[in-house]
Amino acid sequence: MYALREAVAAFQRAPVLTGLSSAMVGLALYVVGLFGLATYNLRLALTSIEERVEIAVYLRDDARQSEIDLALTELAAIPEVRSVSFISKRDALDRARADLPDFGELFADLEVNPLPQSLEVELRPGSRDPEVVERVSDAAAAYPFVEDVRYGEEWVDKLFTLRRIGAATTAVLGSAFALVAALIIGTALRIAVFARRDEIYIMRLVGAKGSFIRRPFLLEGAMAGLLGGLIAWGLTYATYRGVYSYLFEVAWLPGEWIALGLLVGGIFGAISSGLAIRRHLREV
Amino acid sequence: MIKLTNVSKEYPKRGFALRDVSFHLKKGQFAFLTGHSGSGKTTTMRLVHMAEKPTQGEVRVTGYSSENVTERGLWKVRRRIGYVFQDFRLLPGRTALENVAFVLEVIGTSRKAIVPAAQRLLAQVGLAPKAGALVNELSGGEQQRVAIARALASDPFILLADEPTGNLDERATRGVMDLFWDINAKGMAVLMATHDLELIKRYPHARVFELDQGRLVYDSLPD
Repeated sequence: MYALREAVAAFQRAPVLTGLSSAMVGLALYVVGLFGLATYNLRLALTSIEERVEIAVYLRDDARQSEIDLALTELAAIPEVRSVSFISKRDALDRARADLPDFGELFADLEVNPLPQSLEVELRPGSRDPEVVERVSDAAAAYPFVEDVRYGEEWVDKLFTLRRIGAATTAVLGSAFALVAALIIGTALRIAVFARRDEIYIMRLVGAKGSFIRRPFLLEGAMAGLLGGLIAWGLTYATYRGVYSYLFEVAWLPGEWIALGLLVGGIFGAISSGLAIRRHLREV
Repeated sequence: MIKLTNVSKEYPKRGFALRDVSFHLKKGQFAFLTGHSGSGKTTTMRLVHMAEKPTQGEVRVTGYSSENVTERGLWKVRRRIGYVFQDFRLLPGRTALENVAFVLEVIGTSRKAIVPAAQRLLAQVGLAPKAGALVNELSGGEQQRVAIARALASDPFILLADEPTGNLDERATRGVMDLFWDINAKGMAVLMATHDLELIKRYPHARVFELDQGRLVYDSLPD
């Protein structure tokens, strides 16, 4: 109760400085929030793309049915594979006719079916990352009667790389801003300690425990961090609304991500305070 | 209660503030610690309060030794010692009651008990009618009484007073000294640093320690 009362009083005593601390935490978390928004939407996009990932195994025309049947069985036995289906040359042509009606005349004039027979390999959900796709593709490509294997490896790899870059950029920029925020919280605490030096002196004199003296400052830091989290949430939401309304459709972050952001803000504030307070209390 | 054994204190720039000082203040004793400015009175008080550690020797206070008290455990010793200063060191802008209540809150008194306990302590020092007055509006003697009430809040075994009458007029000095004797009569040891020899002469029953250039040169009641 005492700690909370003193933490609130500290906010009232130096509103500009504590506001600045919160704003810096807010900016740091805003950077994280923006990249989080981008990463989250990228993840959604990747998930929907991943769901469509199929491996097309094109077979040579002279492949024997017994060989194809063996490949069907062996590929279906791979744990990450959900199903394998055989598409004959005729099936492929029918599908092309259905998918590309504008080329109906061209298909009608064909004397020889140019489309290859193939196996379509569907992977289980959760097993559609580039490593698994490549491993299953390599297994299919190993059959001598296989002409080619396709799975859109270039863009799958690029999207995953993009996601990794997004996460790394978030970490680097977020950390840089967080460092500045920690320094500002430390400065605010130094001023708060100085403003309360008489009380701190009396507290030590009469035998206050160290934790009792530190608690209001930790709480003050946590409150600054939490307020920073709220600022970051507001800025990120405003950005989301702007992008959604004027640029393109994006999804808003899930509730637990936002709760985590606020929690991180609070914990960050408390840790920054905890690191600064020990040093500053020694100066009083 | 307070036992100094061959205590020396040396500061890097100032040199020795205390040299080989030994004395034993027992439960219920009243002692003056006297000497000229720079004789080592305040250093002795700070060592007893365990605000500093001796360079050599041992300080024992109510069973705690300077050799094994850690910074983390210091609060336990501090709660056994009340401390009164020449300049009162009250929290300005707060009432007498709030100054005492602050200490009660710090030492963990329950919320309900804080105000009654603070009122009782102020009554003990004769300041019940001024409980709601801001400390800056009180006279020097009254402020020192608030400081004494605050020092008694943790129900200590020892009262340390560093030149407590230094800023007071004759009448206020007498009032504060009477209060110290009342407190002492209830069994609390009192160690009072003062350079006022006239004041000491008025209390011939008190024990007197005299320091000179960091050495204990006189003890009126050696063991």
